[in-house]
Amino acid sequence: MTVAQSEALNFECETGNYHTFCPISCVAWLYQKIEDSFFLVIGTKTCGYFLQNAMGVMIFAEPRYAMAELEEGDISAQLNDYEELKRLCLQIKRDRNPSVIVWIGTCTTEIIKMDLEGLAPKLEAEIGIPIVTARANGLDYAFTQGEDTVLAAMAARCPEKAPVVESEKKERNAIASLLNFGKKKEDVAADESEYVNHTPLVLFGSLPDPVVTQLTLELKKQGIKVSGWLPAKRYTELPVIEEGYYVAGVNPFLSRTATTLMRRRKCKLIGAPFPIGPDGTRAWIEKICSVLGITPKGLDEREAQIWASMEDYLQLIRGKSVFFMGDNLLEISLARFLVRCGMTVPEIGIPYMDKRYQAAELTLLEHTCQEMGVPLPRIIEKPDNYNQIQRIKETQPDLVITGMAHANPLEARGISTKWSVEFTFAQIHGFTNARDILELVTRPLRRNTNLKDLGWEKLVKEEAKI
Amino acid sequence: MKLAYWMYAGPAHIGTLRVSSSFKNVHAIMHAPIGDDYFNVMRSMLERDRNFTPVTISSVDRNVLARGSQEKVVDNITRKDVEERPDLIVLTPTCTSSILQEDLENFVERASIDTKSDVMLADVNHYRVNELQAADITLRQIVQLYTEKARKKGELPTGKTEKPSVNILGISSLGFHNHHDCTELKRLMTDLGIEVNEVIPEGASVHNLKRLSQAWFNLVPYRELGVMAAKYLEQEFGMPYIDITPMGVVETARCIRKIQQILNEQGADVNYEDFINEQTLYVSQAAWFSRSIDCQNLTGKKAVVFGDSTHAAAMTKILAREMGIHVVWAGTYCKYDAEWFKEQVGEYCDEVIVTEDHGQIGDAIARVEPSAIFGTQMERHVGKRLNIPCGVIAAPVHIQNFPIGYKPFCGYEGTNQIADLVYNSFTLGMEDHLLEIFGGHDTKEVITKGISADSDLGWNKEAQAELNKVPGFVRGKVKRNTEKFARDRGFSVITLEVMYAAKEAVGA
Repeated sequence: MTVAQSEALNFECETGNYHTFCPISCVAWLYQKIEDSFFLVIGTKTCGYFLQNAMGVMIFAEPRYAMAELEEGDISAQLNDYEELKRLCLQIKRDRNPSVIVWIGTCTTEIIKMDLEGLAPKLEAEIGIPIVTARANGLDYAFTQGEDTVLAAMAARCPEKAPVVESEKKERNAIASLLNFGKKKEDVAADESEYVNHTPLVLFGSLPDPVVTQLTLELKKQGIKVSGWLPAKRYTELPVIEEGYYVAGVNPFLSRTATTLMRRRKCKLIGAPFPIGPDGTRAWIEKICSVLGITPKGLDEREAQIWASMEDYLQLIRGKSVFFMGDNLLEISLARFLVRCGMTVPEIGIPYMDKRYQAAELTLLEHTCQEMGVPLPRIIEKPDNYNQIQRIKETQPDLVITGMAHANPLEARGISTKWSVEFTFAQIHGFTNARDILELVTRPLRRNTNLKDLGWEKLVKEEAKI
Repeated sequence: MKLAYWMYAGPAHIGTLRVSSSFKNVHAIMHAPIGDDYFNVMRSMLERDRNFTPVTISSVDRNVLARGSQEKVVDNITRKDVEERPDLIVLTPTCTSSILQEDLENFVERASIDTKSDVMLADVNHYRVNELQAADITLRQIVQLYTEKARKKGELPTGKTEKPSVNILGISSLGFHNHHDCTELKRLMTDLGIEVNEVIPEGASVHNLKRLSQAWFNLVPYRELGVMAAKYLEQEFGMPYIDITPMGVVETARCIRKIQQILNEQGADVNYEDFINEQTLYVSQAAWFSRSIDCQNLTGKKAVVFGDSTHAAAMTKILAREMGIHVVWAGTYCKYDAEWFKEQVGEYCDEVIVTEDHGQIGDAIARVEPSAIFGTQMERHVGKRLNIPCGVIAAPVHIQNFPIGYKPFCGYEGTNQIADLVYNSFTLGMEDHLLEIFGGHDTKEVITKGISADSDLGWNKEAQAELNKVPGFVRGKVKRNTEKFARDRGFSVITLEVMYAAKEAVGA
């Protein structure tokens, strides 16, 4: 295939008429991640209805989240916001006694200009529970960006100074204490020597605990010590962040958190591709190593071994095309990985593109396309779903990664789809989970292989051309 | 402000969207922030709709907050007009637009100058009405719009159809078993020799709305949706309507007798008594079921009922009147319609509860300890927690409540389905109870010498802790795979590293 190699990535912006989840959905995974938290979404029935339906059966497990449902009296300021919030927060304190209450501001609190940031410190002092405010609303943000707003607010709450007593510091640190669990003091000291002496590194981004352990171990192999993780398992275990610490993101949608850590906490950001896919994981580790002045070891074999273990899945997707409609900001990293897997990507839709935070990822995407000899994808920010569907109809991609609103209608028209939201909930980071991404990507293709020969691809009557 | 994490009825715009998207070739444009089009996901998932849901967002973002929607809404309407050529575009307000207080009516007027489609603003206020009320209002509004339009153009047909005919009002998208009920009702009408003139809104075209007045009467099977439209048609054309839900043997008969009366008043001379008799005694199995020994065993058993007005009222009557079950309390979340509900079920249960608070319902269930619950998905989960079986009879519902198989609740086939639902709920509870009395299933510990049975391998603490995080249903498999991997490679202790290496190696 001959391709103009000099071409640069092409960015476009459409109308923003696209389907995605409301960013308040971040409570669904964050309340599970931060075990001593309580999330209070201050919004209307609309917000509640979305959460109730999007969270499915989780809702019946007495989740640590609730709606502060605004009524007409709240909107018209007949009721006093402070008194109302105090009443509800006291009720939460009585029933659940959390270590932190996170207020999620919504579209409505924005429009009526409810001063959550102003009310929180006052109420915090009065009831004695930290209150963190995040404006995760649909006016400004899409889906996973909700987590970004919460973590940016949390970043301000991380302790500034490591406690003086060395042993206490270890207890603050969830990962270190997990790794040291049950070991004698001498062993711990021996463990310390396994690490290179480097400026402390804190990682940010909410991942399931097993993935946190995997990535931490992966860096340990290079002698890199992860001093802490934002967020930790518990609010009371938020990592110490001192001026001059290094920070690195694990997810592409965390640009506000990155900015906050740099500007407010004076940290140095390691701009790396994200550890999604074996290529991304390797690039992520290499970049961290290079910044910390470490020569990475054993990554060649590690990566090669992962690729080899995925060969059965790779055979299914080589040469196939994948179209990202765009709704969760993981799109660039996933596309880069899939190009490396041998797929072509005509279009990457994405709600919001931070070219600075994602710079290293974008460069890797460009290199990957050149090395694989495939055309560069067009990147469409704020896509227009209607236009995208016209393009899908024209180009008939082998796979469309899209939200649930379009999945069934596309399937009925003979277009294979994968539901994009699964990528945000599945474990996809690090070497260990690369295969899980392909499990998701190939699922529709494997299903098609099982059902081919039945002649049931197109299940809608031809639409009349007007 | 109130603390809540579960609601029975959705926000107003959901009602409007359910009605508008039930019609053929009607497009809704929501004036809402990004992410508020969750309706599309529900349609596509719950109803497994093959077509794109005809709902688009005209997004409210920072710019709109600063400068107002200006041309945006109008542009989106005119654009959709060109792209999809709908008959009608319904501009749908949401909680956000309710407080922005933009002059949406004005946008509609401006847009309709340029569009071929009709454009309408749904007249619903987020803070005053819920999903069900909004659906009822929107249906009336659309019926009124096209009736007046036809009248203006002089296209309203005069007179009635030659044979007795009916409009069925209120069948809609995302309604509980609505599609199956619709099929059953049409079948019932055919059996009665009545032509079905129009079914609205599901599958109807707005062009046919002017024909509504040709029917001899309107049938409104559900209390929540269609009554307002029926009243409008009564007022405009003097059309009688029947709002008796044909659910259960007795109510179906009552509904048919009412039809008979209305038709005879218009000179039809029909007598359905033989039909009712034949169906009741021999076609529906429900009457025979209530006579059978099975049902005798249910006598006096305690049940509670909760749901929307229609289904909760109908179920209460069926349980108490047709099966001899003791309904301790019956309740509904349709607070706005509480009087009607109390009047319907007052004599069939000990207590009536009207509330939107699922906590109160949970407590009321725990207090009564019934043998079975008939409620929504929420009550099903309460039942799970308390070990009480539950039959789901009303929305809100999950995907399993949109069965592919034929499962009406209305009409004579509906009585069969309900009998199964009731009987299965009670016997399941009975089975569990008996098992407990007799010491559980007679299964000795299964003795299989699996790979993991030989214990030459130790798991260190971290790995053991990690293993415990693996969901129970796959933990055994993960354990076996890891140990096999460790054995093959000669590890004697399983650490976290070994565990993840194993995961990578087996690709699971």
